[in-house]
Amino acid sequence: MMSVQYKLIKCNINGKDTETMVDVRASLTDMLRNDYSLTSVKKGCEVGECGACTVIIDGECYNSCIYLAIWAEGKKIRTLESLLGPNGELADIQQAFIDEAAVQCGFCTPGFIMTAVQLLETGKEYNKEELRKLLSGNMCRCTGYENILNAVEKTMLRRLGKL
Amino acid sequence: MYDIKALYEAESIQDAIKLRMDHPEALIIAGGSDVLIQMRDGELAGRELISIYMINEMRGITLDEEGSIRIGSLTSFSHITSDPIIQKYMNVLGQAVDMIGGPQVRNIGTIGGNTCNGVTSADSASTLFAWDALIEMTGPNGIRRIPIQEFYIKAGKVDLREGEIQTAILIPKEHYEGYQGYYIKYAMRNAMDIATTACSVSIKLSEDKKILDDVRIAYGVAGPIPLRAGISESAGKGKEISQGLIDIIGKTVLEDVKPRDSWRASKAFRQHLATELVQGCLIEAIKLSGGVI
Repeated sequence: MMSVQYKLIKCNINGKDTETMVDVRASLTDMLRNDYSLTSVKKGCEVGECGACTVIIDGECYNSCIYLAIWAEGKKIRTLESLLGPNGELADIQQAFIDEAAVQCGFCTPGFIMTAVQLLETGKEYNKEELRKLLSGNMCRCTGYENILNAVEKTMLRRLGKL
Repeated sequence: MYDIKALYEAESIQDAIKLRMDHPEALIIAGGSDVLIQMRDGELAGRELISIYMINEMRGITLDEEGSIRIGSLTSFSHITSDPIIQKYMNVLGQAVDMIGGPQVRNIGTIGGNTCNGVTSADSASTLFAWDALIEMTGPNGIRRIPIQEFYIKAGKVDLREGEIQTAILIPKEHYEGYQGYYIKYAMRNAMDIATTACSVSIKLSEDKKILDDVRIAYGVAGPIPLRAGISESAGKGKEISQGLIDIIGKTVLEDVKPRDSWRASKAFRQHLATELVQGCLIEAIKLSGGVI
C-alpha cells in the first residue's frame, strides 16, 4: 500500500484565488466538487466522453474528470457557478436554454453551457454545422440536441446584434 | 479518485529523465486521455505514474534553423489545428487531428501521447507517416531522432528506451516543401469515434502539374500499426496523372494493407475502404496541388 500523497494546489477558481491540499489521485472534478462544493461539475461517464464535467481552464474547455487536480496549479478555472449574476440573475445563455426548452433532466446542462460560453466568447459567428462540431463533446440523452443548438445559436446571434 | 500507486511530477525534461531512471516501472502520463481511461477501466489500475504534463518547454510549434517543422510532444491537438506554421506548410495534419474525439479531448490530448501509445488508429500517425516525420527522444545519453516508421515496433509498443521521453516530432523541410496532402478518416460517427480505417496521402507534382513526382501513402487501422503502402507508391511515382492511374493505385494498395476482422469492421470492409479512401485522398491532394484529373 502506498502512503497517501498530498499536494498544495493554488489556483484561481471563478475569479477567486484559492488553495487546498489535494490527494494526488484526485481528478479536477473531485477537487471542484469535494473541496469547493462546485456541484455544477457533474460526474457523468468519468472517462472523458460525455462532457458533463466540462470546465473552462485558461480559456479552453476540458473534461475535468480526466484532468488531474494537481494540474490545476496556477490555472484560472471557471465553472457554471461563475455565470451567476450579483442578484442571482441567470446569464443570457442560461435563459436561452430555458426559453428553447433545451433542458430536460438537466444533468448535461452545466457542461453544455460551459462549452457554449467558450465558443460564444470567441465573438465569431458559426453556422449550424460548425456549432454541431463545437458541441460534439457533450452528450444529452433527453433533448435530441435540436433545442440545445437553437439556444446556443440564438444567444450567439443576439450577442452579435443579429437577432 | 484514480487508482494511482504513486505519482511523480516532472518539471523539466531532465527531471523527467531522472524520474524515468529512478522509477522504471512507472508509466508516463502526458494529457492522460488514454492513461487515465485505462486506469479507470482497471487495465492500468494501481500503477505508478510520471506526469510530464506541466513541462511547458515541450509545447508549441516552431521552424528550426534547418527549416524543419518542430512540434513539441505536449502540443495539444487543438493548438496544432490553429497553428499558423501547420496551416501554411502541413494543413492536413491540423485537419487530421481535428477529427479526434471531441473539442474537450482535442484540448487535452497531445501529439506525443497519440504516437507513444503505439495504436494503429491514432489520427495523427498516418499523416505523420505520410510526411516522413522524425521522432525526437531525449534520454540519459542525449537526443536521438528516428523516422516514425522505425519508432513503431508493434501494436502498443514503440521504440522508447530506458530513461527516454519523446520530446518532439519533426518534419524536415525536404519532406514538406512542395507537398500537399489529404486525410480521410472513415468512422461510424462524426465525433467521439475512432477510425474504422483511415488513409493519409501526400504528393508532389511536377512543375506542369501533370506528373506525380512523388506520392506517399499511409494508413491507420490497415494493420497492427500505421503503415506505408510502398508497393502502391512505386506504382504511382513518376507517372502521368489520370483516372486510370488512380484506379491502379486503388487496386495496388490491397497488396500493401493487412487489415483484420474485428468487432468494429470486417477485413473485407477494411480492404474495400483502403481502395476507396486512397482514391479520394489522391483526387483531393491533386486538386490542392493545382493538378487536374
